[in-house]
Amino acid sequence: MSRDPILRNALSIGVATAVYAVSFGVLSVAAGFSVVQTCVMSVVCFTGASQLTFVSVIAAGGGVAGALPPALLLAARNAIYAVSLKDILSGSPPKRALRAQVIVDETTAMAHAQPTLAAKRRAFDLTALCLFTAWNIGTLAGALAGSGLGNPRDYGLDAVFPAVFLALLAPQLRGPDAIRAAVAGALIAAALVPVAPAGVPIIAAALGAVPVLLASNRRRARVALGEVPEASR
Amino acid sequence: MSWWPVLALCVSAYAMKAVGLVIGARLDEEASARWSLAIVVVPVLAGLIVIQTFTTGQRFVFDARTPALLVAGVLVWRKAPFVLVAVAAAATAALLRLVA
Repeated sequence: MSRDPILRNALSIGVATAVYAVSFGVLSVAAGFSVVQTCVMSVVCFTGASQLTFVSVIAAGGGVAGALPPALLLAARNAIYAVSLKDILSGSPPKRALRAQVIVDETTAMAHAQPTLAAKRRAFDLTALCLFTAWNIGTLAGALAGSGLGNPRDYGLDAVFPAVFLALLAPQLRGPDAIRAAVAGALIAAALVPVAPAGVPIIAAALGAVPVLLASNRRRARVALGEVPEASR
Repeated sequence: MSWWPVLALCVSAYAMKAVGLVIGARLDEEASARWSLAIVVVPVLAGLIVIQTFTTGQRFVFDARTPALLVAGVLVWRKAPFVLVAVAAAATAALLRLVA
């Protein structure tokens, strides 16, 4: 394995993702999509949770009208990620449009976990590269084989993603504001799970940042008015 | 299967990502200087961890993922390497399921 920590981390996310991609390929073909359609979904849609939900609902007889809304609710958090990546995604408009395609949980979390802007950009691109490669090769393998490597759960891979996100969240928990936002997000998501459709609790969790944003806004306004010395910020 | 479900999914999935970038670009410099938008990701990731660990569908389920996250939490706290965190979480969940 590489000595470069960003590349090494990106590669390990890729390995776990590939196994899920195989399951997606198997499920998609079983749901009635062709191998080509399945691969096009992974290249062009490239949003794991949405794709899995989409083909599962169709396989269960839910039809496209039933499958599209839950898939889109799961994809909607990528819009929040895209806003948060505003200053990290760089390049010409075509490059940004290409980078937009790979804005997902893993690339966003890896980018924000890094200490410097250069490292954030590099982490985003390397994670995107590993993830995109793994997701598409895995999809093709699953779609062609028609039977997978077994259930990813048997390898404990369903536990890998929350563990990885925890490892990527930890360096972002600097200071009481970030910790408060994290706790609020966790509570909002937990409260909504039993009552809201899948995808909504995760989007709503973003509201956990609102008190922090408003408070920091007020602090800055007071500093600007000279009520509070700069150093107490 | 016809192509239009595939196209509908692909177009709308990309639209979600692009909308966020457009919104981000339209926030003027002053707004982004005032509000550090990176903080928004913190509660979303926390919510994602809760949902991926403790729920199945719309129900709370405490299974092998719970101890796996605990192990991951201790390793993260001890500043263990990322790969070790991932492997330990998988191994914990897989072994518990094997035994159960």
